[in-house]
Amino acid sequence: MFIELLRRELLIAWRRPGESGVPVIFFLVTVMLFPLGLSRSPELLRPMAPGIIWVVAFLAGMLGMQGLFRADYEDGTLEQLLLTPRPLTLVVLAKASGHWLVTGLPVVVGAGLVAGMLYVPSSGIVVMMLGLLLGTPILTLLATLVAALTLTLRQAAVLAPVLILPLAVPVLIFGAHSASSSTPGEINTQAFSALGAMLILAVSLLPPAAALALRISHEN
Amino acid sequence: MRSWHEFITMGGYARYVWSAYGVVLIVLVASAWSSCNGLRRILFRVRNYPVGGGEQ
Amino acid sequence: MFTWLHKLGSPPLLYRVAGRSTPWFKWTAFLLLALGLVGGLILAPPDYQQGDGFRIIYVHVPSAILSLAVFVLMAVAGAIGLIWRLRMAHAVAVAAAPLGAAFTFITLITGSLWGKPMWGTYWAWGPRLTSELVLLFLYFGYIAVINAFPNQRSGDRAGAIFAIIAAVDIPIIHYSVYWWTSLHQGASLSFTNSSISPAMLWPLLVMIVAFTLYFCWLLSIRLRTEILRRERRASWVRTLTITGAKNAKLA
Repeated sequence: MFIELLRRELLIAWRRPGESGVPVIFFLVTVMLFPLGLSRSPELLRPMAPGIIWVVAFLAGMLGMQGLFRADYEDGTLEQLLLTPRPLTLVVLAKASGHWLVTGLPVVVGAGLVAGMLYVPSSGIVVMMLGLLLGTPILTLLATLVAALTLTLRQAAVLAPVLILPLAVPVLIFGAHSASSSTPGEINTQAFSALGAMLILAVSLLPPAAALALRISHEN
Repeated sequence: MRSWHEFITMGGYARYVWSAYGVVLIVLVASAWSSCNGLRRILFRVRNYPVGGGEQ
Repeated sequence: MFTWLHKLGSPPLLYRVAGRSTPWFKWTAFLLLALGLVGGLILAPPDYQQGDGFRIIYVHVPSAILSLAVFVLMAVAGAIGLIWRLRMAHAVAVAAAPLGAAFTFITLITGSLWGKPMWGTYWAWGPRLTSELVLLFLYFGYIAVINAFPNQRSGDRAGAIFAIIAAVDIPIIHYSVYWWTSLHQGASLSFTNSSISPAMLWPLLVMIVAFTLYFCWLLSIRLRTEILRRERRASWVRTLTITGAKNAKLA
């Protein structure tokens, strides 16, 4: 059932490439602005690269989240999903996974691309992508919760980032510094285990919370 | 017990200590005022528009 | 426990309890504030390292404790409201939020005023100040959520979810910020002096209790405001305004 829901999400995203491709394009364009705005010197860009990439990946995550439940809410699919006997938590988890595969994974791949352009050495790129692989799903799950909370609100687009960003501070800290504090040959295991622990916590706590939030939004 | 002068100058830290206590005073008084004012206003509404509590 | 909670969940009773306790909170808070201020500003000796600058501790630490405790209170009240469907628990959380934000603001300002003479800068990205700043944004987020919903009940419950998730997040934020500052060896000042003398300690404890009572005083007022706002159509509010006009006066 999870697979079936996930397949539906991916199919919908595949049919609307204009919509699902926006976050990764935003990510690439925004990262490009930093060398233009700061400097093109490798000495400056290399140490800043993980921070830049993580912050922009955050902002890219904000961009696509409004679409998570919006279409389903507007065409009534959500109501169907709320009424079916299947556990809503699982539905939410499937939607979040689909969303991450469509918007989060391309950003991780894109990050590998632009990191080279910011003069990150190839060993650093691998470490950074690993961090992003652990960190961006947490961000997607937080976005899922907040998207569910703000689904029916007029001011959702403004409110959502204000809610997510402070919650996501630890992800940014451990994420950005998992890359910057790792040296070739020695990765910062503390940061990676923290990211992993947060991912486990997020997977177990956020989908049920988002499911409850969806019910509340629906009653509103 | 310290002298009056020592109390005012705070051993050279007067700027920081007194402005910190000043900010605390302002914020505490402001929150007390707004809390009391909120209650006063809702009581006024409830008394003067008994049915429905005065919908706008 | 449950019956006690259930009884307090009745709006007229909670309104009465809050009204009765208001003056008690108020006067003990003022009394202890006066005592703590005299003890902290006059009686306590200057610190041997920080001179008189350390006296900011008497307002900084109590508000820091409350800024965290109020958020925990909001999350617990929100959970009670979600689980047992007690509307009054949500009213407590909603009434407490602006007060918590005010204490967080005080913590930030007094912390940076303390930082200037100690570190030479108003803002040092120290672990405590940084996590207080994130906490302030969490308070803003909570207040924004509850106000965004046109429907009171939905706003309450959405706010409760946010408060619970944020309360789980707060220790993680704290830990991550500590880890981050240890990484870069930033300025950090340990306020916890293990050998703090009793003459310095007792005013601090008095101030912590005083700030807590001050919070309880304002909470009881704001809670009554919340109850009246929510229950303005209820019949007990109307009888209250007729019979109890005198009792309902401000404390």
